[in-house]
Amino acid sequence: MSTILFSMDESVHPPKLYPDYKSTVLRAPSRPMIVLPQGLSEMSGPVFGDYQLGEFDHDLTKNSIVNGNPLGERIVVHGKVLNELGQPIPNTLVEIWQANAAGRYVHKVDKHEAPLDPNFLGTGRTRTDKDGYYCFYTIKPGAYPWGNHFNAWRPNHIHFSLFGPNITTRLVTQMYFPGDPLLQYDPIFQGVPEKGRPLVIASFDLDRTEPDFALAYRFDIILRGDKTTPFEKL
Amino acid sequence: MEKKFLQTPSQTVGPYFAYGLTPEQYGYDFKSLVANELISPLHPEAIIVKGRVLDGNGEVIPDAMVELWHKDNEQEGFGRFGTGTLPGNEYLFYALKPQSVDCNAPYFSLIVFMRGQLIHSYTRIYFADEESLNEKDSVLNQIPEDRRNTLIASKTGNVYQFDVHMQGDNETVFFEV
Repeated sequence: MSTILFSMDESVHPPKLYPDYKSTVLRAPSRPMIVLPQGLSEMSGPVFGDYQLGEFDHDLTKNSIVNGNPLGERIVVHGKVLNELGQPIPNTLVEIWQANAAGRYVHKVDKHEAPLDPNFLGTGRTRTDKDGYYCFYTIKPGAYPWGNHFNAWRPNHIHFSLFGPNITTRLVTQMYFPGDPLLQYDPIFQGVPEKGRPLVIASFDLDRTEPDFALAYRFDIILRGDKTTPFEKL
Repeated sequence: MEKKFLQTPSQTVGPYFAYGLTPEQYGYDFKSLVANELISPLHPEAIIVKGRVLDGNGEVIPDAMVELWHKDNEQEGFGRFGTGTLPGNEYLFYALKPQSVDCNAPYFSLIVFMRGQLIHSYTRIYFADEESLNEKDSVLNQIPEDRRNTLIASKTGNVYQFDVHMQGDNETVFFEV
């Protein structure tokens, strides 16, 4: 019963093949998936050894300072990680990476002619607390052009990677910003069925802004399933 | 039990994951939480699991990230590696060979992420030298015979080779978990 109730929800997830996003054409599996009975390995959590997160791992405005503060609009990005029943998922790793305020990634492959920021790496991570809550400080990422089609621009976004209790809950996604005019033209966002699209857009959160310091966005993340047991060994 | 919320949709890992998810492997100044050594390469029983990820044209994909997950009754492990740093754009892990659980054939779980995948792909790595367990395995037997070999890593010494074909005649079997 629970495997049916909590299977991958195709009404919200993007399809594997979405030709408007051109690189899916040669990279999406073309044959039907084989449905798998879940074995011990599928129930295992990720094992990270005994590594402790660094003091500023959750604060991208501080975790790679060389000679000053990073440029751009400082923001708080926070929310809860929950399962489909609405129960919090405690102690789960949340990893993020993003472009800087100018729309440039630190990644060596990114050739966009926008400046790098010597004080901004653009990656961070944290663990949810006992209530499934997480919070990052970062710089609002800029939009950037990409080669999918003529004059293609990615909307502002932050990449998220989450684990939850086991393999079945693994999620890699992107958080977008409310009101972004590029969303309607972005095939990666548009690949999400209409019903799912609001779920990848953060909401502006006036209550969590820090006066004279930072605006805030709320991004709750719902992982598949009903499991809350924190198997993760961090 | 009633579902209250919709699942957050998946989005692609994109081409620029490396400095966040596999920073040390790619030479970025940020501590990696996890890398490709599920066990020390010096461990006397360490095996190497490696391979390429290929697209529908048979081209090797240089910007994929793979995660190896494993659990049996004695050990568990987790590793992560990008295909952008080794010669031939292979992924590579050091691990202990998984053990059989409940008389099933032993396997690793492998998750493949990359630009061009809006949602990740999940497969399993079985072992060529476990012929008798493979023959009886309920999951392998569920798969059409002509595709079963796409899930079986070939063995040379302590090295298991497992290429992932996203498409084509040899398209790897991917699973819905």
